[in-house]
Amino acid sequence: MARGELACSRCGARLHPRKPNSIARTWALLVAAFILYIPANLLPVMETGSLFGAQKDTILSGVIYLWQSGSWPLAALVFFASIVVPLAKMLILTLLAASVHFRATWLTYERTRLYRMIEFIGRWSMLDIYVVTLLAALVRLQSLATIKAGPGALAFGAVVVLTMLASMAFDPRLMWDNIKDENAPRPE
Amino acid sequence: MPPGGVAVCGRCGAVLYRNNPGNAERTLALTLAAALLFAISNAFPIVGIESQGNRNASTLFGAVLSLWNDRMMLVAGLVFITTMLIPALELGVMIFLLATPRPRPAVLRLVLAIRPWAMLEVFMLGVLVSVQKLSHLATIVPGVALWSFGALMLLFAALTATFNVNDLWRAMPPAPAHVDR
Repeated sequence: MARGELACSRCGARLHPRKPNSIARTWALLVAAFILYIPANLLPVMETGSLFGAQKDTILSGVIYLWQSGSWPLAALVFFASIVVPLAKMLILTLLAASVHFRATWLTYERTRLYRMIEFIGRWSMLDIYVVTLLAALVRLQSLATIKAGPGALAFGAVVVLTMLASMAFDPRLMWDNIKDENAPRPE
Repeated sequence: MPPGGVAVCGRCGAVLYRNNPGNAERTLALTLAAALLFAISNAFPIVGIESQGNRNASTLFGAVLSLWNDRMMLVAGLVFITTMLIPALELGVMIFLLATPRPRPAVLRLVLAIRPWAMLEVFMLGVLVSVQKLSHLATIVPGVALWSFGALMLLFAALTATFNVNDLWRAMPPAPAHVDR
């Protein structure tokens, strides 16, 4: 076996007991995501130019606009996808990585479920990127109005990709490794 | 295990194996239908707007191009990869997997690895939000691709539900003993 690596005899995939350098990679990607989260929320994601002057929208002001224009279900949806999901994902991953770092043994089953939840919802944050893409492509009505994507969109897209990579780098089995007791509580 | 049955880890509750009810032929039929809809969805405009004599409509690739021309190359690349490149690759590779008698295991691993990056259903929701935002500014003209994208989303969900990884493994030759990169 080359360089002590194991391979699956069925499909040839490389095997390892735990993802290599899981915690270090998770931290690196998480820190990068936290840093980019600041410009993602402060810089405009969308710049509207019209007869009545220019307007710059951040993620949050886009949600407020939707709320005020009367479509509160969509406003709630965008608020959830663009603000709650990325923030919850980064905070939960920080908690999980820290719990492995400090060899925590509490609520392991619940922590594992949290991990699965953030893996499932993470992709929905891309919503705002698609909205900006479509609006920028459509609203080109010469003198009336034009919409352009702003620099915040780049930072926001990077946050989504980085948090997805971070949750893929994290190995949830590491949380179970600290439990020595064979009789630890199990789900029914 | 009965069809539709699920095996879960007794310790942490993770899904270990799911016996999806589909067979290779049904999955292949769904994949071909999805590929056709995907082609239609990319060939026609998704949505257009009309305001005081000005009309404008855009296809998905047109939207990517206009982002690129606005000097947002990285964002354009991200949209292109998640809504066009990865879904096209996933469909192409699945057709290959299901239609060849003894596909290479590495191909199946490729499908499973790229899957999280195909975001058509998120894009579809993005279309709905955009339409709502635009409805105050201009008249919305729904395009052909709007409907085909909606149907494609449902087909993708059906595809994932009938795709049985274990059936494919059974059809594959054993891998060579060395590490396959």
